[in-house]
Amino acid sequence: MTTASPTLRAVHTAQDSITMLDRNIRHTVRSPDTMIMTIALPVMILLMFVYVFGGAMDAGPGPYIDYVVPGIILLCAGFGASTTAVALSTDLAEGIIDRFRTMAIARSAVLTGHVAESVLRNLLTSAVVIGVAVALGFRPTTDPLRWLGVLGVLAMFVFALSWLAAALGLLARNPEAANGFTFFFMFLPYVSSAFVPTETMPTWLHTFAEHQPVTPVIETMRGLLMGTPIGDSALAAVLWCAGIAIAGYLAAGVLFRRRTSD
Amino acid sequence: MTLDPSPAVAVHGLRKTFGAQAVLDDLDLEVAPGTVFALLGPNGAGKTTLVRILATLIRPEHGDVRVFGHDAVREAATVRGLIGVTGQYAAVDGVLTGAENLRLTGRLLHLGTTETRRRGDELLDRFDLADAADRPVSAYSGGMRRRLDLAMSLMGRPRLVFLDEPTTGLDPRSRRDLWAAIRDLAAEGTTVFLTTQYLEEADQLADRIAVLDGGHIVADGTPDALKRLVPGGHIRFRFADQRLLAAAAHAVGDQAGHLDPEQLTLQVPSDGSAVEIKRLLDRFAELGIAIDQLSVHTPDLDDVFFALTGRAHPAASAA
Repeated sequence: MTTASPTLRAVHTAQDSITMLDRNIRHTVRSPDTMIMTIALPVMILLMFVYVFGGAMDAGPGPYIDYVVPGIILLCAGFGASTTAVALSTDLAEGIIDRFRTMAIARSAVLTGHVAESVLRNLLTSAVVIGVAVALGFRPTTDPLRWLGVLGVLAMFVFALSWLAAALGLLARNPEAANGFTFFFMFLPYVSSAFVPTETMPTWLHTFAEHQPVTPVIETMRGLLMGTPIGDSALAAVLWCAGIAIAGYLAAGVLFRRRTSD
Repeated sequence: MTLDPSPAVAVHGLRKTFGAQAVLDDLDLEVAPGTVFALLGPNGAGKTTLVRILATLIRPEHGDVRVFGHDAVREAATVRGLIGVTGQYAAVDGVLTGAENLRLTGRLLHLGTTETRRRGDELLDRFDLADAADRPVSAYSGGMRRRLDLAMSLMGRPRLVFLDEPTTGLDPRSRRDLWAAIRDLAAEGTTVFLTTQYLEEADQLADRIAVLDGGHIVADGTPDALKRLVPGGHIRFRFADQRLLAAAAHAVGDQAGHLDPEQLTLQVPSDGSAVEIKRLLDRFAELGIAIDQLSVHTPDLDDVFFALTGRAHPAASAA
């Protein structure tokens, strides 16, 4: 066992991560309520903003629904991230992680499996939300290349959020607390350019909205979907996502080691 | 093939503290390979802590801990490849089915698809879980979960299996089933390290028993050797009044044990066999002494502790 070559160890690590991913996917698929909530809530908020508030909003030219959809997609990712935090917290609360630790498996596999599943699930739910939005009248003006860009931005954001969620899931003392911690995610999109242009906010809030990570991601997505100017939002979005991903990854690693030793 | 002379488990000078409290202190023990070893102790004695250290889950402050010659701290990965662990709270995935749990374990052990399926089916049969294999584990009874937990620890054919209070909380039938499974394991040559609160369980299964108290081992020997340390069981008679009680005590003579004038009971040390009971009943009947109530008491952990430490242990545990 100790004489395994580095190549074999790398192969085993990859296999272990895939095994964990498989396990997490089965968990998600067998808990359809969670998936449905992750889709239903953003859709309901979309309906509310478009039909209830939409008439009174002035978000520039074009139908309000086109303005608001990128934010709704990110909202969906926020709900999805909280599921990951709770799932990881639940694993720790039950005995299964201890069992994994008494086996000679790659230490990173548990976290990698959760993050990978989170990314896949969030991309899927985002696709469903976009589909619903299109059915409600959302008309993006993009070409296939730009769609790839949208996919890339979304994947990047979801990846960063998933690592952050993993870290928060490990920080929380129990699954209920994990759920509470991630509440913050769900409010961040509101204080961004998701629903209203940030210029309409009071100065102090406007400053916050302009400099928080969600805004550049939304502006980039909106630009790719609707053709609005992106400017330096793309670079800001990439830097923010990279920073959050790295911070989340490092924090998760440290917290996981701390939680699973004595 | 030469027998490996190194012990399956060798612990020397082990010390583990939680905060200011030393849960394990200067603990030594050794387990020969291919044997069943039982660690006996009440709740809170530190049995689980010791198992967790041996299973490489936590680290001691001090001491030498070796599993088949490998250091549990410095060669943790090697040790993990040799052991299976079944804890007190079944570490199974409730959302997955029994078969999926075993397949998950097989994949994590890198057994390969064929071997995983073959070994999984074999274990499902062996632990009588084949019918329930495709049901989610959340639907299993306590006994079934425990059996699945044990099956999962055996997927990799470990040389040493840790069973931490394996039958606590199980009904008598499940307990006996698990005992049979443990005996089969031992018969195959697997070293078994089990912890328990029940003297009977240790007596039934173990080649050697060690008693844990105050963070270290206070007794270590074969079941027979241990039981010789402990005064045997007794039969307890209750009588209607003082006169009958006195007459009974006189009838039994120097065999009489503890007499309680308030409870009107007389204890007679005895192995509790039918022959013994009949002899005493006959004697009382012969002398016209009517008995109100009779109960037979076999040695349990309380007796062991009293004999070894001179005090009743804190938490009594009824089997």
